[in-house]
Amino acid sequence: MVEKLLEGSKRYYMWLLFLVAVIAVCGIVYLTQLSTGLGVTGMNRDVSWGLYISQFTYLVGVAASAVMLVLPAYFHHYKKFKIMIIFGEFMAIAAVIMCCLFIVVDLGQPQRMMNVLLHPTPNSVMFYDMIVLIGYLTLNAIIGWVTLEAERHDTTPPKWVLYLCYLSIIWAFSIHTVTAFLYAGVPGRHYWLTAIMAARFLASAFCSGPAILLLLMLLLRRLTGFNPGKEATHTLATIITYAMCLNVFFYILECFTAFYSGIPGHADPLVFLFSGFHGVTSWVTPCMWVAVLCTIGCLAILIPPTTRSGKYMPYALGMLVLASWIDKGLGLLIGGFTPNMFESVTLFIPTVREISVAIGVYAVGALIVSLLWKIALSVKFEVGHNDGDAM
Amino acid sequence: MYNKKAVIVGIVVFLVICTAPFWTNFGAKYSKPEVALPADSNECVESAAFMRAEHMQLLNEWRDQALRNDNRVYVSSTGKKWEISLQNTCLKCHSDYEQFCDKCHVTNNVDPYCWTCHILPKGSK
Amino acid sequence: MNKNRRSFLKVAGLSVFALTGGAGLFGTTAQAMVSPGKYEHAPKGKIAKRWAMVIDTRKFRNVEDYDAIIKACHDAHNVPDIRSRKDGHEDQEIKWIWTDSYEHAFPDDMNEHLTKHVLDRPFPLLCNHCTNPPCVRVCPTQATYKLPNGIVTMDYHRCIGCRFCMAGCPYGARSFNFLDPRPYLSDPVPNPQYPTRMKGVVEKCTFCTERLAKGLLPACVEASEGRILFGDLNDPESDVCKALAENFSIRRKPNLGTQPGVYYIV
Repeated sequence: MVEKLLEGSKRYYMWLLFLVAVIAVCGIVYLTQLSTGLGVTGMNRDVSWGLYISQFTYLVGVAASAVMLVLPAYFHHYKKFKIMIIFGEFMAIAAVIMCCLFIVVDLGQPQRMMNVLLHPTPNSVMFYDMIVLIGYLTLNAIIGWVTLEAERHDTTPPKWVLYLCYLSIIWAFSIHTVTAFLYAGVPGRHYWLTAIMAARFLASAFCSGPAILLLLMLLLRRLTGFNPGKEATHTLATIITYAMCLNVFFYILECFTAFYSGIPGHADPLVFLFSGFHGVTSWVTPCMWVAVLCTIGCLAILIPPTTRSGKYMPYALGMLVLASWIDKGLGLLIGGFTPNMFESVTLFIPTVREISVAIGVYAVGALIVSLLWKIALSVKFEVGHNDGDAM
Repeated sequence: MYNKKAVIVGIVVFLVICTAPFWTNFGAKYSKPEVALPADSNECVESAAFMRAEHMQLLNEWRDQALRNDNRVYVSSTGKKWEISLQNTCLKCHSDYEQFCDKCHVTNNVDPYCWTCHILPKGSK
Repeated sequence: MNKNRRSFLKVAGLSVFALTGGAGLFGTTAQAMVSPGKYEHAPKGKIAKRWAMVIDTRKFRNVEDYDAIIKACHDAHNVPDIRSRKDGHEDQEIKWIWTDSYEHAFPDDMNEHLTKHVLDRPFPLLCNHCTNPPCVRVCPTQATYKLPNGIVTMDYHRCIGCRFCMAGCPYGARSFNFLDPRPYLSDPVPNPQYPTRMKGVVEKCTFCTERLAKGLLPACVEASEGRILFGDLNDPESDVCKALAENFSIRRKPNLGTQPGVYYIV
């Protein structure tokens, strides 16, 4: 099926070329980071994780979200999702690869990363995170490829793939749970030390990931005419709505515990994020309020069934992605490290080079999605499975 | 076979590129580097042959023993005791980094980064 | 494809996978020694079941008293002074021992009516060498580990620079080498007997394991002129046990269950 990559429109090649150019430029920036050290980033002694790890966290969620298509399709035999599953699985592959890259660019000594395998340490959550991420990548690659191959030959996929699918459903929950454990098991970081962290992570993943997928599917419809189907779109939008409501609910639970208990440690990070702490405000505060507004906006469109999958849906999804990204891709890390271990504030401001490297990693992800989706699309069109409404 | 020509040419090109290092260095003469041995000492922790072959493994072992088991003394096969320290034991005798360490490392094209942390004796940078 | 050939390939593939995977797993646990010699403890080394430190903050009088211990430590371990150069990397500093106010050191035990000398006095802060160290728990490579004598120390060679330990440490005791530390050190380095670190690894106080092996007390203890005590917590006759028995002492963030090995007499 790989040969499908080689036949495309001029626009397709220009897009790939653009991505490769972005990756090359950002790759050079990364080389400067490699030679100078992580001093080129805005991280510091008190905020020792920054943009890279927060993007890693967000993308683990995106990877896990493929399960929101696989689960209804395989556990509840919801046929309408079958047409879209492969796109979710391929997006998960790209997301996991981006996760791994974000970890690598965050390492101080990346050439030693195999030490994690050389000296396996079962008491470190990082060890399990590595296992679940590699496992999830493998599962999705095998399942995606085999089912697509079967679809192309118009046969049913072999039975063992079904078992792998069931495994991948459980596995998807595990990757984000383990990622939440990276944070939720650390004493002294008040914002992270909460039992609801994993649940919050999953809720936010199951709304943001499918939202990104749906947005890309809409783009795909415009670009290629591939139609995921009206009913599938509406169902997915409903899943996204429920997940987002849960996400907001869990966040409000956090706020209740923090402020009603009145324990300063629990409240301080929230106070810092939304209004500044001890007179120090950071650039994160306006972002957090943008996230609040986006949340209200997207729920206002998504909750009424009439507007849920209507013409405003793309805006709602866009706002949802932005809100969840600010919450998990910025607020989570910065709130965890501020106030710092001395209950004072050291600010984190990402540098241009740090942002460039992050963009580079996203470009790699975009390239992988583009290539994998090109294969999937070509097969779908070849066998005529390109209109969800007709199936 | 489909595309017979392209496949065969491809395999040949692949093999040539993979084996290029052998061809480019074919017949090149290897001259054994002359290392400067310490003038004021004639005994290393182990035999020269062992050290030549295994000094990197020994250093790894020393590090793990000293740091993790707090075993900071090495009793050599001859029974002599040595303080485990690259910086304070090895380099005390082998004080000429360029004429000792570098000689072999450069010839064999290896670039260990011991000296980004461990301090070289004065005079050899 | 022939059915037999197919099943043969399946079995062969699985066997190869099992063999290589098995070898990989066992290879790490059973590393054979290469050296023909033997290893033993340093003859004059100080030995304890549980090393601990007692800082008598009442005895610190002026800035020089604090500076002396900081300088002794940072010189002994070639700790670079990143702040000395105003080059925008001040927040990426490295420190093994430093001072901060009571409010920052003991945020859970803060009340504004504490005696003035407690509120105004700087407190020396360093790695607490916890009995339950979160940094050791989270380290994915065992680059940070706890010795049987209670000291939490590091192997910089193995550190991959993931900084999970910095997120894990509730005391802000860890520093990361965001840059090559050498340009921030004098030439020659303050202590040519001790290595520096390289960019991309985490570092922290080690309770001077290298000095204890030589029978010396930690550098800060030696420079403190009796203001800092160091000894075995399991030995009732040790200086630290006696000092703790006679004075009221506190530890940083005791509610986290880390069981710090550094005690403060206030």
